[in-house]
Amino acid sequence: MSKKENTNKFKASWTYDKAPESTDHIQIKKQYELFIDGKFVKPVKGKYFDTTNPSNDKKIARVAEATKEDVNKAVKAARNAFKNWSTLDGKERGKYVFRIARLIQERAREFAVIESLDGGKPIRESRDIDIPLAANHFFYYAGWADKLEYAFPNKKPKPIGVAGQIIPWNFPLLMAAWKLAPALATGNTVVLKPAETTPLTALRLAEIIQQSGLPDGVVNIVTGAGETGASIVNHPDVDKIAFTGSTGVGKYIQKATAGTGKKLTLELGGKGANIIFEDAAIDQAVEGIINAIFFNQGHVCCAGSRLFVQESVADLVIRKLKHRIDTLIIGDPLDKNTDIGAINSKKQLQTIKNYITIGLNEGAEIYQPKCTLPKFGNWCAPTLFMNVSQSHRIVQEEIFGPVLAIQTFRTIDEVIEKANNTPYGLSAGVWTDKGSKIFYLTQKLNAGVVWANTFNKFDATSPFGGYKESGFGREGGLHGLYPYVKFD
Amino acid sequence: MLPNLNNLPVYDTTGVNERIARFCSRSIKKSSKITGLKLAVSMIDLTTLEGKDTKGKVQQLCYKAMHPYDAIKGIPTVAAVCVYPAYVSTAKKALQGSDIKVASVATAFPSGQSNLKVKLSDAKFAVAQGADEIDMVISRGKFLSGNYQYVFDEIASVKEACGDAHLKVILETGELDTLDNVRKASEIAIYAGADFIKTSTGKIQPAATMQVTYVMLNAIKDYYLKTGKMIGMKPAGGISNSKLALQYLVMLNEVLGEKWMNKNYFRFGASSLLNDILMQLVKTETGMYQSPNYFSKD
Repeated sequence: MSKKENTNKFKASWTYDKAPESTDHIQIKKQYELFIDGKFVKPVKGKYFDTTNPSNDKKIARVAEATKEDVNKAVKAARNAFKNWSTLDGKERGKYVFRIARLIQERAREFAVIESLDGGKPIRESRDIDIPLAANHFFYYAGWADKLEYAFPNKKPKPIGVAGQIIPWNFPLLMAAWKLAPALATGNTVVLKPAETTPLTALRLAEIIQQSGLPDGVVNIVTGAGETGASIVNHPDVDKIAFTGSTGVGKYIQKATAGTGKKLTLELGGKGANIIFEDAAIDQAVEGIINAIFFNQGHVCCAGSRLFVQESVADLVIRKLKHRIDTLIIGDPLDKNTDIGAINSKKQLQTIKNYITIGLNEGAEIYQPKCTLPKFGNWCAPTLFMNVSQSHRIVQEEIFGPVLAIQTFRTIDEVIEKANNTPYGLSAGVWTDKGSKIFYLTQKLNAGVVWANTFNKFDATSPFGGYKESGFGREGGLHGLYPYVKFD
Repeated sequence: MLPNLNNLPVYDTTGVNERIARFCSRSIKKSSKITGLKLAVSMIDLTTLEGKDTKGKVQQLCYKAMHPYDAIKGIPTVAAVCVYPAYVSTAKKALQGSDIKVASVATAFPSGQSNLKVKLSDAKFAVAQGADEIDMVISRGKFLSGNYQYVFDEIASVKEACGDAHLKVILETGELDTLDNVRKASEIAIYAGADFIKTSTGKIQPAATMQVTYVMLNAIKDYYLKTGKMIGMKPAGGISNSKLALQYLVMLNEVLGEKWMNKNYFRFGASSLLNDILMQLVKTETGMYQSPNYFSKD
């Protein structure tokens, strides 16, 4: 029997009935205001924008758009709150952060459903990954609040002041947690701007913060798009900017803050190399490839979007990968069986589609499973590109979608050179049964994170961040405290 | 011929556990649940393998196999009844007229600690008594000492002794220690002529686990990709409730797919599983759980 006949013979026949997570317990307001100085206030200019459900294009709520005037108010509130908050005993600050962590845990189900409704990610991921990790982050940094003297022995760490934090739409609540938790634990006050397509969980977090009794003005949450972000970045009374998002915007922020004395951390794009050696546990590696590129529809800055397979096992890996993506379930993000949800926005869908066209024009061989995508909403089938080379744009540029570019390699030197041959340096994965090879590669790969025999694993205690155009500064772990303290 | 065992896929326990967790997080509801449960019933090798077995007990078990729960229509019969060689003829007679197979354990079950001659005559006796399927055990001692050729030859000889009867090869994964060993033993059994590979005797703990079953399913998949031949899979021992059975079926569905989703290529070696599934099926019909006393214990 020829190889060709054998493919696609493992298609699943038993289809699972819909098992949607209930939305009955979720209360979403028709209209959301800005969270400034501990209160929900209407925007000065009275402008609002809609946030929609990317899986069916339905409008979910109206959200206030913060203009320069609103950002001024928020920064002022943060500045006023800074005096008392920064001098509060670390132990007391920690108690507030612990309280926020516990409240997130208590309302985890609610957060998970809203995250999936507003952002399109499968409930399995928001329930099992995003929300528990967000709570963990608050727990972890709450523990640091009264131990900063030990984190920086003999250095007398002091908070910086008002932090402007701008977060992306791919992990809305988790990114808010990554930003807020260390800032609060170290005694800073914050103006946070969630992404315009996914503001709802951050606003729900604002309600929790209000409930936790955190002093007014310590956390301010202003919603809006790029202009709101620019107002924060350019505000003269902001002492520190923390940004997670695209490299393009990151470059703009670095220019804008140059010479202003503002401290800056950037966590930007990536084009992670996922490297499979012939001695790897192949079936687990295939699973790792799936996790690396299709986790959160590929909307992950550290996604393993470039796959390097050792030539001797390339055919086998690609064949198994094709079988595996045939069994992925694409559809309603709220269904507990969904593996791949909706693309976050029309704009992002267009970007991904453009790249798929570019890949085809560049002569790459495409594979997509035969699946029916829902009629409404933003959908993209998981996509493999074979026969690609380093000079292809789909290999060089970040796509931020479920699109994987597959290359092969023969020697270890070759794969190190190819993996590092990118302007980015955020993540990489190494799959081999041999420990020595793992250590050799972790030394040679220019990436902030190198995962060995796994991919896309996060933990509050582990620092995360990039090299080169993937940004600078670390979030998580002890290193995550540095960007929020200064020393005399 | 003994395959090359130096180049086999390796298994990473952490990775395997993560994959299993994904299977177990599938939510099986409504009609897909009923379909799955009925399919599971049809795949059961209803088993009694005790020293205290009697003719009467085997007869009762056979009746249960043919009539799992007559009060509700549409419940299939089980795939086979699995007994010791001494009760094969009893079972064969009791199951007359049905298409339920008689499976017999053989080859000095469960330890396999005897010589080849005794093992072969054990298998031949069971076949002569009318067994449709033989569940043999491999020599784990020889396997662990690295004498793979011996294990291979033994399986091949038993296969020959079985004639037309189907051969299921029990690896007794609870004694093999590592997933890599499970893969190696699967490979030996498949190449030596096994029609099915089976996890356990049920006499050693742990018996079947999803981890070892996953590794064995992958061995079957790889063999199919190489040769186009389909081998069956039988997890046995420890699968005692419906939820777990459905999780095994999810795994089968997503690793091997539709061609394997029937009793010709997948079996559950179990005894108490049947009543638990019946309880679930009655619940979907009537809306409430019945007391276990409503389900016959044979």
